[in-house]
Amino acid sequence: MIAHLPILQVALPLLAAPLCVLLRSARAAWWIYLLASVAAFGSALLLASSVATHGPLHYAVGNWAPPFGIAYVIDAANAFVLVLVSGIAVATAIYAPRSIAAEIDPQRVYLYYACLCLCLTGLLGIVATGDAFNVFVFLEISSLSSYALIALGKRRQALLAAFRYLVMGTLGGTFVLIGIGLAYAVTGTLNMADLAQRLPALYGNRTLTAAVGFVSVGLAIKAAVFPLHAWLPSAYAEAPSAAGVFLSATGTKVAIYAFLRFAFGIFGAGLVFGHLPMSALILIVGTAAMLAGAAIACYQDDLKRILAWSSVGQIGYIVVGLGLASQQGLSAAFLHISAHALIKGGLFATAGIVALRLGTTRIDALAGLARSAPAVFVALLLGGLGLIGVPLTAGFVSKWALVMALIEADQWAVIAAVLLSSLLALVYVGRIIEVAWFREPPLLADTAQPSTPAPMALAMWGLVGVSLVAGVYAAPLSRAATAAAAALLGTAP
Amino acid sequence: MNGFVWIDIVLFTILAATAVGLARTRQLFAAAMLSGLFSLTSACIFVLQDAVDVAFTEAAVGAGMTTVLFLGTLALTRSREKVTPPRRSIPAALIAIFTGGVLIYASTDMPPFAAADTPVQQHPLTQRFLDDSMTEIGVPNVVTSVLASYRGYDTLGETVVVFTAAIAVLMLLGRGRPATSAEPKPREALPQPIQHDQRVLRVVSKLMLPFILLFALYVQFHGDYGPGGGFQAGVIFASGLILYALVFGLDAARAAVSPAALRRMVPLGVLIYAGVGFATLLLGGAFLDYNVLDAHDPAHGQHLGILLVELGVGITVTAAMLMLFYSFAARGVGR
Repeated sequence: MIAHLPILQVALPLLAAPLCVLLRSARAAWWIYLLASVAAFGSALLLASSVATHGPLHYAVGNWAPPFGIAYVIDAANAFVLVLVSGIAVATAIYAPRSIAAEIDPQRVYLYYACLCLCLTGLLGIVATGDAFNVFVFLEISSLSSYALIALGKRRQALLAAFRYLVMGTLGGTFVLIGIGLAYAVTGTLNMADLAQRLPALYGNRTLTAAVGFVSVGLAIKAAVFPLHAWLPSAYAEAPSAAGVFLSATGTKVAIYAFLRFAFGIFGAGLVFGHLPMSALILIVGTAAMLAGAAIACYQDDLKRILAWSSVGQIGYIVVGLGLASQQGLSAAFLHISAHALIKGGLFATAGIVALRLGTTRIDALAGLARSAPAVFVALLLGGLGLIGVPLTAGFVSKWALVMALIEADQWAVIAAVLLSSLLALVYVGRIIEVAWFREPPLLADTAQPSTPAPMALAMWGLVGVSLVAGVYAAPLSRAATAAAAALLGTAP
Repeated sequence: MNGFVWIDIVLFTILAATAVGLARTRQLFAAAMLSGLFSLTSACIFVLQDAVDVAFTEAAVGAGMTTVLFLGTLALTRSREKVTPPRRSIPAALIAIFTGGVLIYASTDMPPFAAADTPVQQHPLTQRFLDDSMTEIGVPNVVTSVLASYRGYDTLGETVVVFTAAIAVLMLLGRGRPATSAEPKPREALPQPIQHDQRVLRVVSKLMLPFILLFALYVQFHGDYGPGGGFQAGVIFASGLILYALVFGLDAARAAVSPAALRRMVPLGVLIYAGVGFATLLLGGAFLDYNVLDAHDPAHGQHLGILLVELGVGITVTAAMLMLFYSFAARGVGR
């Protein structure tokens, strides 16, 4: 059975989506989504442990040996992301029913779960595949379903946010497709390993250079890398809470993984970071992202918007790590991918609970939250500390690794920017905490606050808890991140 | 220089002129028509390049379906573009020019057009597909072999993309959404039955309809031997029914194919396709390995598999296209 796991963990959520639509029942659809995500998570864990002991797994879909057919290749790098994405999907499944019931018209709920299944399918497909065109196909599935997931937000602005995301995302997808097409034109193949073998002979070829440019810009849009981030803040802030949890934790991370795979697994580090000045470019862009994202977050007056802008900044850390193109830099990037996914997923889950209890996520409305909802406040505090990177949180582990990698590369200016943006994070997290802890609650407000539904609390504590465990007991995560980086660099034992 | 080159030059000139016209016009109705023309011209270029299957799809989807959907949208909104201040379009223009520049730069090192020694021609992939697909799969149309078997998993993904689009539209436009305030008064142009004095139109479309549907079925089931397959057939089938809806009214079309049936058909097609994959898994093969469908004759298994997955594609595409049309059209009436 383990031989078929690479395909099953994508095919099961894929099968789940039409089933949700056929059964037309919100309850059944939730069960299907839950089972599909648990199955995907279980498969991902089994795959990760198998990869760790026996090395990469190959799967030829349709039994056509690559490069003639489409191959799935699971190594330490994508097993890491698969576990992360499917794990977040499970947390979302636990979180979703109460949150969706409060935010989405009951007639559409079964379709909403179908879209969640599709989004999961798309993201897992991008990560698992060993075929460049197949990446594009699943990128389209995940993108289309995310636009729909966001558009169903409660407020009218959600439609506009989803439309802007659709325009930007389609542009990104088209760029990726053009890049893949150009690479195909000069090699005649779409299989990643085959491409990687044929491309080094073509370094300096202008078509290939343009291919690298198109793929990089396209994926940078998908990953919301500054200055191509414009779609992210409103999209994640306006999305229904459950979609916010899932997308904020996985969407941009998978795009970053896809870039890593294209850069190291297809074009080759020699081309992207050797022939082309990509490393310097990425460091500049990443530094700008972490400063601008954190600075703008300080000026927002809505909890979800603060979190969304903070994501723009946090993506900067990941991007800087991968821009170093070193073993340390890449492991720091992987560490921050997972740390930020857990923390931001947990914080968006908290924000969803705030939205359910208070009916709004405006900062002023948080006044007195520490008294009216102490548990929610503590989760917000712990998550916020993770964003700043306080010791004993996962955010510290990844930031520490990043600073170490930067020191090794003598990038002192970037280190200064990391510290400055951490200070800015202290400001925006501090603002939330200040209002929730010190401000007097409005006199009448705390009378009819609904309590937190248990499943939502479970999902929130699950995400925040895992991020804390990863902060205190960092060894397994660090080991996985190191293995993932080694797999990408081709230095795995 | 042979004659084809001249035809190419003429077609590309028309294409460029259409694109410029598209960008310049403020009349959205004209823009919809021009985009149809753009697709039709591209389809002609694809035919000249011997990519008949692609041309078929482009003509059916780009020139046919998309134009109908554009018109359906225009029936709900205004048909004149809101004027953007020129200042705001400068960044967009710069990006477009830069992207075009990069594409031209990329083309300078591309293998020469139609050369016999390009990397694509010399890669073992092309050899294998052209030489061995007849023995491995036994389907004369190599495009179908690649699409439905060698790269059948991509096609499953594309079917899921169509499915996703249909679900997204159903979720956003389907019944139950509270009426939003800023919507303009719908002009009930599209789904109303055409007036009784249009007898010629009614008779002719009634006469055409069976042939359109029959042709769709031919394209569906003849895709193994000639250009065609589930995608093209689905779009043609749907456009036949859309023609019916345009001439005889949405209610008549809904009576023929009910929205409830469509809601089942859209997932059914994906289920058939993915189901074939799971069936091959259960029979002990890899996902979508059609060889195991027939224990005695792998080539027969390939035929069966391709037939089934193309059927799944056809069902989902037909239903998705009709559902898109119904969703748009239904917003025009009913209020």
